[in-house]
Amino acid sequence: MTAASPPEVLRAPLVVEFPFTRSLGPVQSAFLTGLRERTVLGVRTGDGKVLVPPVEYDPVTAEEIRDLVEVAPTGTVTTWAWNPSPRRDQPLKTPFAWVLVKLDGADTAILHALDAPGPESVHTGLRVRIRWAGDRTGAITDIACFEPYEGKTGEAAGPHEGRFADMVTGIIAPARLDYTYSPGRAQTRYINALSERKTVGERCPSCHKVYVPPRGACPTCGVATTDQVEVGPAGTVTTYCIVNIKARNLDIEVPYVYGHIALDGADLALHGRIGGIPYDQVRMGLRVEPVWTEGGRYPDHYRPTGEPDADYDAYKELI
Amino acid sequence: MSKEPVAVVGIGQTHHVAARHDVSIAGLVREAAQRALADAQLTWADIDAVVIGKAPDFFEGLMMPELYLADALGAVGKPMLRVHTAGSVGGSTALVASNLISSRVHSTVLTLAFEKQSESNAMWGLSLPVPFQQPLLAGAGGFFAPHIRAYMRRTGAPDTVGSLVAYKDRRNALKNPYAHLHEKDITLEKVQASPMLWDPVRYSETCPSSDGACAMILTDRAGAARSPHPPAWVHGGAMRSEPTMFAGKDFVSPQAGKDCAADVYRQAGITDPRREIDTVEMYVPFSWYEPMWLENLGFAEEGEGWKLTESGVTELTGDLPVNASGGVLSTNPIGASGMIRFAEAALQVRGQAGEHQVDGARKALGHAYGGGAQFFSMWLVGADEPAS
Ligand SMILES: [Zn+2]
Repeated sequence: MTAASPPEVLRAPLVVEFPFTRSLGPVQSAFLTGLRERTVLGVRTGDGKVLVPPVEYDPVTAEEIRDLVEVAPTGTVTTWAWNPSPRRDQPLKTPFAWVLVKLDGADTAILHALDAPGPESVHTGLRVRIRWAGDRTGAITDIACFEPYEGKTGEAAGPHEGRFADMVTGIIAPARLDYTYSPGRAQTRYINALSERKTVGERCPSCHKVYVPPRGACPTCGVATTDQVEVGPAGTVTTYCIVNIKARNLDIEVPYVYGHIALDGADLALHGRIGGIPYDQVRMGLRVEPVWTEGGRYPDHYRPTGEPDADYDAYKELI
Repeated sequence: MSKEPVAVVGIGQTHHVAARHDVSIAGLVREAAQRALADAQLTWADIDAVVIGKAPDFFEGLMMPELYLADALGAVGKPMLRVHTAGSVGGSTALVASNLISSRVHSTVLTLAFEKQSESNAMWGLSLPVPFQQPLLAGAGGFFAPHIRAYMRRTGAPDTVGSLVAYKDRRNALKNPYAHLHEKDITLEKVQASPMLWDPVRYSETCPSSDGACAMILTDRAGAARSPHPPAWVHGGAMRSEPTMFAGKDFVSPQAGKDCAADVYRQAGITDPRREIDTVEMYVPFSWYEPMWLENLGFAEEGEGWKLTESGVTELTGDLPVNASGGVLSTNPIGASGMIRFAEAALQVRGQAGEHQVDGARKALGHAYGGGAQFFSMWLVGADEPAS
């Protein structure tokens, strides 16, 4: 590596994960409660077709449909794809086939996993049956998977009221996305400079505004920012609020002041906590400087410098 | 070739509440859509296309609603589009639907927006733990409160103005059966005694978290002629955007909002909005945004918006009622809130707003914004077909 090589761009994993809740409504409630009771329900459409899994509204006529029917736990593979390396939270830990299975009595196929020793043992037309999970809660995972089955064809669909004791009315549907996040070259430069307790923005070659933190381009002119400009360390509180409610995951005692701070030389305010002064004495125009703590990537907070307040006219364009 | 005039002939809303555990999201949107169809006396077969909008996907973890909701909205075999512009989405969605008609691509379009906040987490969706970035330090209101303080400093508005807006909107909501909050014993004293969350924003001056959906049927001139009820005519509509953060951004009165309003007024032939517009449904998530938007939308000179609020002009009985429906302060299914503004404006000029009807409303502005004042969408609707 030569001295002129640009620094490595920062990268880190970003996991976005949340347990969303879902109210099921009448049809999905019956379907998932049915699975808990080892009963597979479909719904009959206006033209007599049986849809499994059931839906609330007819895909052809848009009418509300509530005519539930029970179908067999056996069926036929209509198409498939081999999954050689199962990923996190997939139905089986060992290689398996994703299959569409038309259950006996149904007119549509349901997507699930087929436990099979290898792709050579799977084919369209393969007869399969449900392998029920031991611990069933009223979820699609109550079907552990499908397995090959040599027995007889299931009964034709029969009407079902869709009522069970202790109906499942809601589920938790965890969502998880795994990213590799990179803030890009400009913010990498900014973050690296912060480790030396310097705040380095970038100037737009067209409008000459200094962006902190830099994003690599001027959002108004649409051109790359190239010149690096050290700003601060002191700045002016342009506006603020007093936070009286504790935010989740933040270990800050309330009340505290959340301020917009225009560092000297920057054309856009950044946000930070104002400390070292009673919360009710913070004011617009207050001059502040960063306070760093050991190991902190960003200033812990900003405290008064003791200088006289800035004139409103000096910072009003930055609000 | 001139544009096809666009008419609103059907409007439907759910009864907005904190949590609709009794229905799926499909069931929720269905209610609003069926009420709109019933209002227009149309059936699914009369709809040529469906345009839907919702809050950002991370809010409620519902990706690709245009796939999931096609059955519930009778969209099979028809074009279905999804619009995505943060909090302004309900307005943008209606405008995309409107443009499909004015350009004569379709004759009759169902447009709908929704959110189930009880199954969402907007705050989580807005504060993902992005590596290397400083965590958001202030919660939802902390984003808005500093801009409100800046407005107060800029205009010298007395600090009671925000409470007047909240008191008015909550009383208006009592006249709107679809509104979420119905605070029957509301008083100004109660509003002013409510806890200060993000000073200068009190709890009583913030919007609730609601489950709800709103739908409209838009149609062309021939469709309007068949309408069983008086239509609302679209006299102008526009969208504008600007970055959430840039050097020189006016966070108190964003340029994109001014430009969007100016475009709508130009289309509608409005030269004096304060006199020519009878009522406004504007997106006010925190009470102080009423005086702020009054200036941004040209109803008052800069620094004068709070005087309209303080003198009662924006009351239901005033000469420019704002948020006669109770507004976002009384009902906030985020993804639907913008469309509710557009729909309530249309209800006013159709004379169908019931107890919260503004007497003699002939022209009304619907306004939505979102994404940290990044997106703006507005329409002006009138009781009369626009002169072409
Ligand atoms: Zn520039």
